[in-house]
Amino acid sequence: MTPGTPFTEIGSERRFGPYGGRYVPETLLPALDELERTWATLREDAGFQAELGTLLRDFVGRPSPLYLARRISERVGREVYLKREDLNHTGAHKINNAIGQCLIAKHMGKPRVIAETGAGQHGVATATAAALLDLECVIYMGVEDMRRQMPNVQRMRLLGTTVQPVESGARTLKEAVSQAFRDWVATVEDTHYVMGTAAGAAPFPSIVRDLQRIIGDEARAQILDAAGRLPDRVVACVGGGSNAIGIFTAFLDDPDVALLGVEPGGHGIETGAHGAVLAGGLEAGVLHGAMTPVMQDDRGQILEAHSISAGLDYPAVGPQHAWLRDTGRATYVPVGDADALRAFRTVSRLEGIIPALESSHALHHVLHVPAPDVEIEIVCLSGRGDKDMEHALAGLRELEGDDALAHTVAEPLGHDPVADQDGDGPQDGAEIR
Amino acid sequence: MSTEPTAPVLRGGAGEERIRRAFAEAPGDAALVAYAMGGFPDLETSRQVLRAYVEGGADVVELGIPYSDPLADGPIIHAAGTTALEAGVTVDDVLALGRELSDDVPVVLMTYANLVLRPGADVFARRLADAGFSGLIVPDLPVGEEATDVVSACDAAGVAFIPLVAPTTGEERVAEVRAAARGFLYAVSVVGTTGERSGSPADRFGEIVARAKGDGGTDVPVAIGFGIGDAEGARAAAAAGADGAIVGTRLVRAAGEERPVEAVRAVLADLASGLGR
Repeated sequence: MTPGTPFTEIGSERRFGPYGGRYVPETLLPALDELERTWATLREDAGFQAELGTLLRDFVGRPSPLYLARRISERVGREVYLKREDLNHTGAHKINNAIGQCLIAKHMGKPRVIAETGAGQHGVATATAAALLDLECVIYMGVEDMRRQMPNVQRMRLLGTTVQPVESGARTLKEAVSQAFRDWVATVEDTHYVMGTAAGAAPFPSIVRDLQRIIGDEARAQILDAAGRLPDRVVACVGGGSNAIGIFTAFLDDPDVALLGVEPGGHGIETGAHGAVLAGGLEAGVLHGAMTPVMQDDRGQILEAHSISAGLDYPAVGPQHAWLRDTGRATYVPVGDADALRAFRTVSRLEGIIPALESSHALHHVLHVPAPDVEIEIVCLSGRGDKDMEHALAGLRELEGDDALAHTVAEPLGHDPVADQDGDGPQDGAEIR
Repeated sequence: MSTEPTAPVLRGGAGEERIRRAFAEAPGDAALVAYAMGGFPDLETSRQVLRAYVEGGADVVELGIPYSDPLADGPIIHAAGTTALEAGVTVDDVLALGRELSDDVPVVLMTYANLVLRPGADVFARRLADAGFSGLIVPDLPVGEEATDVVSACDAAGVAFIPLVAPTTGEERVAEVRAAARGFLYAVSVVGTTGERSGSPADRFGEIVARAKGDGGTDVPVAIGFGIGDAEGARAAAAAGADGAIVGTRLVRAAGEERPVEAVRAVLADLASGLGR
């Protein structure tokens, strides 16, 4: 923490306690001012909210269901509800923010949007919103993430977006954000930067939170409907932290609802190869325009995060989460790569839902860490896992060998080596009786 | 401001005084502020390159610390920083490079906020002063709430805090930043990151300098940077009324060539001719 940093919140939440602020090149300040002013108006503007609400309903498919996960609940001995953001159009919560910010760009008269992406979900969401709203779109993505998430790269290109590979550093999310900022410094006059998570310079953490709080607002109403009371706990994964802040916000004033963020523990906090900046108790520094806990060396160079999940592979966190931790309102714990991979498989088999690797971190904690004080809880299932299929299965094989999925592999029916040799055995999956 | 004919008290102390003198005494039409990425391509070559800066007529040397996430820099300086980082160049190494130069020329440090805030603004500013640096430029620390602690720490240590204004900066904000400037005001000539520009940004220099100086005139020198790489650009900067021309990317590119010292000398000679020397 910087000594002397004022603890007061300024303007429209430029700070959360000591965290946040606008540590950006002078060139960008007017754009941040404009964005702050525009959002102060639009978030109270009935016309804008109606336009956004209609798109969220008819295009995204909101409200997303709150689903009582029966077999998970049986296994852990409490009611576990999943907030199904995986069922949104484009398969994750990211679209809530992307459509909102692209609409803001339209209102500011900016014809071009840029964004960073890690797992590709925010990139796809922004490419989708840009297509919908007829905006030019460029997405910055580390080449390592492009390798991990090729289907999403193809989706973005199909949607008419330019995917700009980023070669610097570890070629993942941090570098993509840095490169998007550099683009924005040069194009700020006609371009809006659609920041994908509740991090970065003010007012992005507030705007992203405001656009994602629909997750929590819906979930709160839905649980009251379904269970007749508030949950004892709300759980979400935290990389930059946008799905978490979105679902937490609706419950901030409910003191009996515990808020739990699950960060990427990677190979373990002690190894340094992780992204758990809050659970790891890291000191604050400046990254991407915000003062916030960040992975850095003792001289102040920013370090690379590590997570099996591209969407959590970020060495800092949204400033509001840091403040929620400091004030004790929310708690943050790490879950490592291997545990997340196994939860990915477990939840697929228990519930018929393939969760994103990001959400699998939160699901592991719910599945395996006892919570005697919790009878009812909500887990934000932030996205679906299709994008992770190849990468996750490779990870499971690495962990457990070729038997990782073994007990579901059955012998082929009607196997007849002799007939096969003669060439007149069953062909092309012909049915055998 | 007082109208008495006494010399103004310089809030940036000895560092500011030295920078101002360098601008006032610069030969030719304007001062030359020459940027180098400290430790690029390696420490020893960097030392020789910086010596060539002094001999080649740099009035102020702007020394960059390699940083992992330089948001205001274009690809050339970004890559130079990455090379230096990979070679193991540290903050201390760059401060030592500055120390070696500071008897001969005022040296200002260009670095990003996290490197300043990590040890704490007071500690960092004192270390700068102890190493003989005269000024500090932090492109992601805009004047205002974010910069307050660092400006105070610099003032206390006698190091000039040099802020930037951009073409996007509004009139009122330009006045605010100018009022906060110590040593000189860094006027960014383009909307963009550092780097040479094709075409003629010089067309805009007049307006950029006029905005930076303001209607009432100012006694703070204004230096213009981003996109100046040759005699023509330097000449245009001086013709636009700038007190200094800041050259970075072109010199960093030269330092990366096969014969860096010769390459840097040639660039400096070209720039000097543009400045009427």
